[in-house]
Amino acid sequence: MNFLDSPLSKPAPYVVAPIEHRFDPYEDNGGTSVAIAGEDFCVVASDTRQSNGYMINSRYAPKAYKMSSTAVLSCNGFHADGVTLKKVLEQRMKMYKYSHDKDMSVTALAQMLSNTLYQRRFFPYYAFCLLGGVDADGKGAVYCYDSVGSFERENYRTSGSASALIQPFLDNQVGRKNQQNASTAPLTLEAVLRITKDAFTSATERDIHTGDNLQIFVITRDGVEEQNFPLKKD
Amino acid sequence: MSIMEYNGGSVVAMVGKGCVAIASDKRLGQQFMTVSTNFQKIFPASEKTYIGLPGLATDVLTLSERFRFNINMYKMEEERDIEPKTVAHMISSTLYQRRFGPYFVEPVVAGLSKDNTPFICAMDLIGCINFAKDFVVSGTASQNLYGMCESLWEPDLEPEDLFETISQALLNAQDRDALSGWGAVVHIITPDKVITRSLKSRQD
Amino acid sequence: MAPQQVKPVGGFSFENYTRNAVLETKGAKPPKATSTGTTIVGVIYDKGVCLGADTRATEGPIVADKNCEKIHYLAPNLYCCGAGTAADTEFTTNSISSQLELHRLSTGRKTRVVTAMTLLKQMLFRYQGHIGAALVLGGYDINGPQLYTIYPHGSTDKLPYVTMGSGSLAAMSVFESKWRPNLTREEAIAIVSEAIEAGIFNDLGSGSNVDVCVIEENSTDYLRNHVRPNERGIKEQSYRYPRGTTAILKESIRNFVDVVEGDAMDMS
Repeated sequence: MNFLDSPLSKPAPYVVAPIEHRFDPYEDNGGTSVAIAGEDFCVVASDTRQSNGYMINSRYAPKAYKMSSTAVLSCNGFHADGVTLKKVLEQRMKMYKYSHDKDMSVTALAQMLSNTLYQRRFFPYYAFCLLGGVDADGKGAVYCYDSVGSFERENYRTSGSASALIQPFLDNQVGRKNQQNASTAPLTLEAVLRITKDAFTSATERDIHTGDNLQIFVITRDGVEEQNFPLKKD
Repeated sequence: MSIMEYNGGSVVAMVGKGCVAIASDKRLGQQFMTVSTNFQKIFPASEKTYIGLPGLATDVLTLSERFRFNINMYKMEEERDIEPKTVAHMISSTLYQRRFGPYFVEPVVAGLSKDNTPFICAMDLIGCINFAKDFVVSGTASQNLYGMCESLWEPDLEPEDLFETISQALLNAQDRDALSGWGAVVHIITPDKVITRSLKSRQD
Repeated sequence: MAPQQVKPVGGFSFENYTRNAVLETKGAKPPKATSTGTTIVGVIYDKGVCLGADTRATEGPIVADKNCEKIHYLAPNLYCCGAGTAADTEFTTNSISSQLELHRLSTGRKTRVVTAMTLLKQMLFRYQGHIGAALVLGGYDINGPQLYTIYPHGSTDKLPYVTMGSGSLAAMSVFESKWRPNLTREEAIAIVSEAIEAGIFNDLGSGSNVDVCVIEENSTDYLRNHVRPNERGIKEQSYRYPRGTTAILKESIRNFVDVVEGDAMDMS
C-alpha cells in the first residue's frame, strides 16, 4: 500500500467546534410607573430607584420623560434601552416637526412609538412603556405598550416591577370594579394624585425594587407640571 | 410552570377589631383549564379557627384530612378546643418534617384564641411561620393581594367593615389573576358567631 | 378516610420525595421557600457581645414579613442570628436550643458557647449544606464573650466582629472603617445599629427595623426594634367602603351558645 493512501497521511480535517460567545444584552432595572387619564388631564408617575438584583444603582434615576408639552413617556425594564428609545423618539419628533411644521399630538406619538418598537421586533428594546398626555380634543390619554410595540389606549395602567400590586388597586379605585352603588363621577385631579401616591407608598412597602422617590407629571392643556414625593429608602 | 401554580387558588386573612376574617376563591384548575368552580380551600379547625390551604389540590385534600385527624386527637386527649397558635405550630412542624420532600401548600391560619384575641399567620411550604398583625396572603394571586391589602387595610375595622375590605381585596386581586377566581367565600369570625358569605364575582 | 398515623420518630420524612422527583421530571418546577435576604452582625466589646439583625423577610422580590425576628434564643446567655432559608434557621436554632436545655438540666451548668457552636456545626455538616442556615452565634460563658459565624456546610469562624447575609458587605464596610478593640457597651450597640442600617438602606434584601441583643456576664438585653428608621407615613386617604358595597350571593351564620354548668344533657 502506498504511504499516501494510508489513513495516517490524511489526518481528519481540523474541525473547529463552534465557539459560543454568549452575550446577555439585557438587564432588569426594576421600578414602577402609573398612568391615569382624567377628563381633561393625565397623571404619569414613576419611582426613581434604579436597581439590579439586590443592589441599588441610583436613588434618583428618572425613567419618565417629558416628550412635548402634551406628552410624557415612562419606560420600565432596562434603563439603557429606555434612554435610547427616548432619544430615538426625540429625533423622530424633530423630523416630524421639520416636515410638517407642527408639534406631534400624543395620538401620533403613540403610533410612532409602536412603529419604533416594532422595527426592532427581533432584537427588541427591553422597555415597557406608558405614554400619557392630553389628545387633540383636550381629553386625558394613556397608552400602554409591550416591548415589541403592541399598544392600546386605556384610562389607567401601571407597568414595571410592582405592576401586579398596583393594577388591581387601580381597577378598584379608578375603574371602580366590583363595587355596587359606586359613584360614576369622573375623578378629580386631587383624587387621582391621592390614589397615585397611596399606590406607590403601598407598593414600596412590599416590592423591594420600588422606592426612594416618586416623580409625578401632571399633563393638562396648559402644559406639563412636575412634582416630587419622597418614598421609603429601605 | 411551578407545581404551586398547577391548580391555582388564593387565600387571604385579615385582623379587625376583636375579629378576624379569612377568604378564598373557589377555583380548581388544571393549568389554564378550569375543572371546578366550587373547590373548598378553607377548612374549620375548631369553632373559632380556620385553616386556608392554597396550593397543589392533592396536597390540599391530604393535609386537610390529616389536620382534621390531628385536631380531633388533640381534642380528645386534651379535652379542650385547640388554640389557633397551636394549630399553626402543628401545621408548621408537619410541613418542616417533610423539608426535603415537601407538600406543595402555603397555609394560612386565622382565628380567635380562647380570650378572643385575633390571631392570623401564614406559612411557606416548608413551615416557616409569618406572624402578622395586619394581614397575610397566599396563593397564585399573592402579589395582587399584597398590593390590595397594603392599600385597603386599616386597623380596628368592625366585622362588617372588615368584610367589605377583605372582599374587595380578594375580588379585585383574583380578577387580575388567571388562575384564581370563579367565585369567592369569606368567613368572618367574631367572639359570638361565624358569618360565612359567598360573593358574587366575575366568572372568567 | 383518616390518614394513617405514623408514630413520631423524629427526623425528616421522605415520603413525598419520590413523588416530587417524578413531578419534577414531568416538567413541574419546584417552588422556592422563603429565604431571608438579610443583614446580621455581631461584635465583641470589653464586657460582652452584641448581636444585630434587620427585620425583613423576602419571597423573591416581595417582602413577606416586614417585622420578623431573626435573633433566635438558644440559651439565657446565648443568642443566634439566622440568615438563609427562613424555616431552616428557625427550626435548627429551636432544635439546638432544646438540646442545650436538656444538656443544662443534665449537667447543671451554664451552657458554653463552644457547645452550641459544635452542636450546630455538626448538625449542619451532617446535612451537607442542604439545610440552608447561615448563623452568627454570640454568647457569654466562663471563657468570656465569644462570637462565631457558622456557614450552611458546617464550617465556623471565630472573630471579634462579623457580618453575614446579603447585606454583609454593606455592614462590614461600617465595621472595617469604625471598629476598634475594647469598645464600650454603648459604642458596641451604636456600631451594630449603624452596620445594620447600612444593610437596610443599601441592600434590597434587608429592610425595616434594627433588632439588637446585648449579652454580658450577668445580663441579656433583647432590644426588639431598637431603631425604627422606616415607619410608614399616613395614607393620603382612607379606603373604607360603605357597607353593602360587595355583592353577596349566600350567607350563613353560625351562632355560638354558652353552655352554662348544669345545662348539660340529663344522663340519669
